[in-house]
Amino acid sequence: MYRYDEFDRAFVKDRVNQLRDQVSRRLSGGLTEDEFKPLRLQNGVYLQLHAYMLRVAIPYGTLSSRQMHKLAHIARTYDKDYGHFTTRQNIQYNWPTLQDIPTILDELAEVDMHAIQTSGNCIRNVTADQYAGATADEIEDPRVWAEIVRQWSTLHPEFAFLPRKFKIAVTAAPNDRAAIRFHDIGLAIVKNDAGDVGFEVHVGGGLGRTPMVARKIRDFLPRHQLLSYLEATLRVYNMLGRRDNKYKARIKILVHETGVEEFTRLVEAEWSAVKEGTIDLPADEMERIAAYFAPPAFDALSNDPQELFAARVADPAFAAWEKANTFTHRATGYAIVNISLKPTGGIPGDATSAQMDAIADLAEKYSLDEIRVTHEQNLTLPHVRQADLPTVFNVLVSIGFADANIGLISDIICCPGLDYCSLANARSIPVSQRITERFADMKRQHDVGDLKLKISGCINACGHHHVGHIGILGVDRRGEEYYQITLGGSADENASIGKIIGPAFSSDSIVDAVEKVVDIYIGIRQDNESFLDTYRRVGLAPFKEKLYADAA
Amino acid sequence: MPTLLKNGSVAHDPWTQLADDSAIPDQGMVLVSLDRWQKDRDALIESGLTLGLQLDAGEHPDSIADDIGLFDMIALVFPAFSDGRAYSYARLLRERHDFVGELRAVGDVLQDQFMYMHRCGFDAFEVKKEADVIAFADALTIVSSAYQPALDDRRIRGRDASNRMAA
Repeated sequence: MYRYDEFDRAFVKDRVNQLRDQVSRRLSGGLTEDEFKPLRLQNGVYLQLHAYMLRVAIPYGTLSSRQMHKLAHIARTYDKDYGHFTTRQNIQYNWPTLQDIPTILDELAEVDMHAIQTSGNCIRNVTADQYAGATADEIEDPRVWAEIVRQWSTLHPEFAFLPRKFKIAVTAAPNDRAAIRFHDIGLAIVKNDAGDVGFEVHVGGGLGRTPMVARKIRDFLPRHQLLSYLEATLRVYNMLGRRDNKYKARIKILVHETGVEEFTRLVEAEWSAVKEGTIDLPADEMERIAAYFAPPAFDALSNDPQELFAARVADPAFAAWEKANTFTHRATGYAIVNISLKPTGGIPGDATSAQMDAIADLAEKYSLDEIRVTHEQNLTLPHVRQADLPTVFNVLVSIGFADANIGLISDIICCPGLDYCSLANARSIPVSQRITERFADMKRQHDVGDLKLKISGCINACGHHHVGHIGILGVDRRGEEYYQITLGGSADENASIGKIIGPAFSSDSIVDAVEKVVDIYIGIRQDNESFLDTYRRVGLAPFKEKLYADAA
Repeated sequence: MPTLLKNGSVAHDPWTQLADDSAIPDQGMVLVSLDRWQKDRDALIESGLTLGLQLDAGEHPDSIADDIGLFDMIALVFPAFSDGRAYSYARLLRERHDFVGELRAVGDVLQDQFMYMHRCGFDAFEVKKEADVIAFADALTIVSSAYQPALDDRRIRGRDASNRMAA
């Protein structure tokens, strides 16, 4: 993984000192809150319902054990002993004081981390496939390019005050685990007919109150020209994106209102003017960054070692966990391990300092010192020897993170909601907790099968409800929390936006309604058909009819 | 009155803003709006005055691309510091249109944006807060290096001096 050298360290140190100066000017009254707000936001500092919140960047979701230990230390020392892993592969602390924040950033800088551009109307933390470098189905490690984009976008002088926030995601696998079609720019690494590696460029995806699937504006961009193409795209957006209405300011609205053909023409025209410039990386610099992501030296091992067989037979709980939570590794004898941060009744994405420390230790001993954060608010140990899986499982059991529910109905994406967030209309965490309790029977969950359930506490859609196979949106109805259900959304390569099924449900009836939707699916599915496939076959009508039949 | 900072120092401002409905004076250095320029272009050129042009946010420099060489100064307006369009305009003027005159930031110009403005090619700043005037030099160097080439000469990750853009 990428390691800071003297240049990166000096840069981050400068940036922390700059924020320290800004905080002191704010505290002494030299900066108004209006002037301070965008400055603190571009350093990840929010003002929430009850306190300041600090969002720390975890570029493309990759962490070393040393970094995870530091995150645990910060939770213990400056917060209430926990942190919250987010859908953008970051971590949030909900209770730091403003005075402590520069010190927290100093601590982060000690382990090559920062909170730069985790908020504000700028280019945000770049995200990537959490299986990067470990999965067999990728063309190359997308993190090389995510890191190149991270560096280019960091304190980019032209794009610090865009019309609105800007999110870029990169994947190199045909199975899109990074939801690139719901980003402002989604980059898919592809090979052309000549065998050259480049990017398919998707622009204008997003969720929020106007969900849109990104439009493809380029089939193949030679990879060494990525930065000039991004610069051209961002420049067009910076100059033409709407600034009169923050709800129409994302690039998706510009693409939609301009038309994708005209937008593409504008980008290509700008690109043809900038691409001969100096923005694209020199080859040696590209190689320097790529070298950090060279595949680790995997041992020559065989699949399904004896220890694994024995554990499967001896412990059915292990066998169920292995089946649900591990994924095929590119190297034989290894596995990708997903750690579910979705225990029954828990808060999706939350981890205590003790849990973080335990996971850091696991990574150091069993995963070549690497941890990944997933956009589904789980963690991943990317490089685990299959023979070590039983040991890893037992440690996860001891810290309460061994639920065998990856991809199942209780593996819920959920925003912080009204428990924390000043924008929310309704609580989302308690609904998520009650759904996991209702479906606590693992046998039943496995019978239901692949089902992505996502909950947002307001229309800003931080819980990705639009792309849930089942989505739940909290709304305010005359001061009461109500919940609208959508069906059929999907964030993967076959992207779709969920459709609202009908009138919203009260907090008391929402869990029954979800259970009913699941039962309807069980009743009409054919063979091993998944929920999404069933929905795509039959549409909304049968669900709607049966869901509201009793209420009529 | 804002303080004019030019090339890092407090400077006397020799420019006079010419209101859209005022007569063209006989002499001086006048700053005109895009509207006025488009209306009275020929008369302004004939006047022999030293000319400056003010572009508001939303007034793209490409709209006066052929005339850029006629101006000694171009002022770009930041209607709010959070409106970043002028950063792109500045780069286009410097890099695309080879504008070598004074490029002035006006409007909501604050110390925490000086570095970005400077990197995008601004060399003059109309500053309203006294504290920001004092902080100017530090604000440019508080982050001393950068990850992307722009129009200043700070140290750039992965590039040597020959790799920088010429201003």
